[in-house]
Amino acid sequence: MNKIQDQRAWLLVLPVFALVAFSAVIPLMTVVNYSVQDTFGNNQFFWNGIGWYQELLDPKSQLGERFFDALWRTLLFSAIILLIEIPLGIGVALCMPRDGIGVAFSLVIMALPLLIPWNVVGTIWQIFARTDIGLFGYALSRLGLDYNYTLGILSAWITIIIMDVWHWTSLIALLCYAGLKSIPDAYYQAARIDGASRWAVFTTIQLPKMRRVLAIAILLRFMDSFMIYTEPFVLTGGGPGNATTFLSIDLVKLALGQFDLGKAAAMSIVYTLIILALCWVFWTVATTSEAERRPT
Amino acid sequence: MKPRSAVMALYLLFIVVPVYWLVNMSLKTNTEITTTLTLWPRTLTFDNYVKIFTDQSWYSGYIHSITYVIINTVLSVAVALPAAYAFSRYRFLGDKHLFFWLLTNRMAPPAVFALPFFNLYSAIGLFDTPWAVALAHCLFNVPLAVWILEGFMSGVPREIDEAAALDGYSLPRFFVRIFLPLIASGVGVAAFFCFMFSWVELLLARTLTTVNAKPIAATMTRTVSAAGMDWGLLAAAGVLTIVPGALVIWFVRNYIAKGFALGRV
Amino acid sequence: MAKIVLEKLADAYNAQPRSEREFAVKELDMTWEQGGAYALLGPSGCGKTTLLNIISGLVTATRGRVLFDQRDVTLLPTEARNIAQVFQFPVVYDTLTVGENLAFPLRNRKVPRDAIKARVAEIARLLDLSAVLDRKARNLTADSKQKISLGRGLVRADVAAILLDEPLTVIDPHLKWRLRSTLKDIHRRLNATMIYVTHDQTEALTFADKVVVMHDGYVVQTGTPEELFNRPAHTFVGHFIGSPGMNVLPCTIEGATARIDGVPVALARAYPVLPAGARIELGVRPEFATLRARGAGLPVRVRRVDDLGRVRIARVELMGRALAATVPDSVEVGGEEASLVFDPACVHVYADGHLVSGEAIAGAR
Repeated sequence: MNKIQDQRAWLLVLPVFALVAFSAVIPLMTVVNYSVQDTFGNNQFFWNGIGWYQELLDPKSQLGERFFDALWRTLLFSAIILLIEIPLGIGVALCMPRDGIGVAFSLVIMALPLLIPWNVVGTIWQIFARTDIGLFGYALSRLGLDYNYTLGILSAWITIIIMDVWHWTSLIALLCYAGLKSIPDAYYQAARIDGASRWAVFTTIQLPKMRRVLAIAILLRFMDSFMIYTEPFVLTGGGPGNATTFLSIDLVKLALGQFDLGKAAAMSIVYTLIILALCWVFWTVATTSEAERRPT
Repeated sequence: MKPRSAVMALYLLFIVVPVYWLVNMSLKTNTEITTTLTLWPRTLTFDNYVKIFTDQSWYSGYIHSITYVIINTVLSVAVALPAAYAFSRYRFLGDKHLFFWLLTNRMAPPAVFALPFFNLYSAIGLFDTPWAVALAHCLFNVPLAVWILEGFMSGVPREIDEAAALDGYSLPRFFVRIFLPLIASGVGVAAFFCFMFSWVELLLARTLTTVNAKPIAATMTRTVSAAGMDWGLLAAAGVLTIVPGALVIWFVRNYIAKGFALGRV
Repeated sequence: MAKIVLEKLADAYNAQPRSEREFAVKELDMTWEQGGAYALLGPSGCGKTTLLNIISGLVTATRGRVLFDQRDVTLLPTEARNIAQVFQFPVVYDTLTVGENLAFPLRNRKVPRDAIKARVAEIARLLDLSAVLDRKARNLTADSKQKISLGRGLVRADVAAILLDEPLTVIDPHLKWRLRSTLKDIHRRLNATMIYVTHDQTEALTFADKVVVMHDGYVVQTGTPEELFNRPAHTFVGHFIGSPGMNVLPCTIEGATARIDGVPVALARAYPVLPAGARIELGVRPEFATLRARGAGLPVRVRRVDDLGRVRIARVELMGRALAATVPDSVEVGGEEASLVFDPACVHVYADGHLVSGEAIAGAR
């Protein structure tokens, strides 16, 4: 598209800019403000410089220990989630029917978890995983397993992971399906003529064509899993103990629960910076491999 | 059965069973729930649903949620349309940076905004109104809407704009009468995603409301901390929140099946 | 390379066809000689791609048999038939280099590595791809990619036939000739059986020794380009081939004279018996229809004269029909009135579109 240079375009963009700036800049300024101040209470503040940040990033302090624990928990969670959901999503996309009534039917069912309010996702699994009233929990306890997501750390983690897989794999599958649909039949025909095995078809035709959508899917899932709040909050409340207290949950506890403004603010800034950094790294990696693909 | 169909069937079953279980719960009496585990209700009852439809503290939750979701969707799309047009057709000072900055807002954890929004909306007197939640959600939905719309708009060649200008259309008239119908599916996709993200979000919706604008999500989660857990009622409330989403998917199923590969993906 | 025979072959759109109309390819018998260069020519939807896919095995015909060198391959899947197919747009494996692309079919068949290397080098030389063997395939131009597609087919030594489905479609117009000559070159050197599907008559007539014209699922005529030009077996062939196409006029026939609108036209052959109730038409190519000043011949109105450099073509009107005719250099066209004269040896008679051969005129040379 040949774009015209015209500064008046700013007028068209102004509403968006104003709205987002209002929603983003003002709060962020507040947060930065809080992060460098301390209070005596009674709304009296004094300058604290980088004091909160020092405390936050010192693993030996109480705040720092709490922060790093939550950070590792969240990173571990994101890693596990990606390792399960990405291959599973690709696999489901490969198994989806190509045409016929099965397509609409599958798409409708797969889209369902994506449109359920996140707290209801938590509620569904809250009920489903209980050993007394839930089919899943009941089945597991009947198998003799010591399963209780409110008391056992492993049970809690497994339940949250299965819940997230249930919730979000469809997104990856749908994105990959879109990528797969764009492959013209001739490629499959040529592969048949060339005598390619199923695996060869996957690695040489399907996977390369899905690269772009996979990059988007991985980025989205990583970001969202790193920021996860509602579902684990409803399911376990962060427990048992701290076992499933991820960064967002901890932050909200600190900010709205304890009203520890300075610490919460510092944590917010660091949290956001970590995400931005990881996203930037990922994006650079993804776009440089995209740049290699320019035809010469 | 071919392995492909078997895997697909298994996966669809995996998705459906927990939802079925919720529906199952919602149709049981509390005594049945607490005494035995049954795969379908022995004593079918609609009492839970009746309670929700008649108890104001419950059904108002739905009304509040729908209100802010609709406000947000309309607002986000309306504001995003001219902006997307600008990004699609023009080069201007800082355009790439602005676009990127918009997208980075999607990357900010909502948790970070919980406290600041709480203060901000209290300060401007919008606390505990659907407007607060609608505006708060704009932070994430507007960049998304701009991104989606820009993608669809780029598919419409500039020649159409130029032809319309030659025919004497002013920009607003051209936009409404010619351009919008061309990107109608894009507007639909953007509205769908705005609706979806606003409907499912809990943290900000709960933080910015207490009594007057309490969304159904808050009602449900506050029920959790009450003494006696009314599972049947909770399940019924949950089922009712799934209904709008299910209806939307059902009605657009053919569009989804045909081409969600259009546009940005 | 193999000789391919199609016996009573037909293909329907669905499993239980009830009428002729439901066949994408109507019943035919054909032989494609070993080493022949064939073009399968026809408009979109005429069934040519279906026929090609039946030969390659991507489609299984509803009826009939396909034989490669006497071997019945009708039910064999594509992989087992050992054919090479080049598609409308280049199919290359993006993540592999050019060399790896060419090696792909051999690797799938577990050919030893040295043999693969030698063969790849040989084919690359043949197709002038040696210089780019180590480049990623996705970075090349469209015509190079089509060469890679072709190469993947040629790399298997025992390939039965090379099938090409409109391979020049996405090639830049100024590069088409390059790929076309490469194809002709391959044909000469390897003595390969090649079947080239196209809707473009120029491509067909320049590439092929024999052209198969299809229309609406029927094979309308098979012949050399000259035969198709001089003796179209069907009015469709007359229309489709030649630019501009053959003129077709309704007429009545008495013996060796045709009458168009009452005006007599001499014929080179006699047609004593014609199918009753059939639509009788006269066909003559513009190259053999000459425009003269008003006088003897068919009276026509001249609409337009196009000067094509080499020749002048006049667009005329007779009986409400638009015709084309050649204007000899000696003739000056003034005004709208003119006459059309045909060369009797090149005038054909068609009944319901099909050529009627007639008989030699008694006593004529």
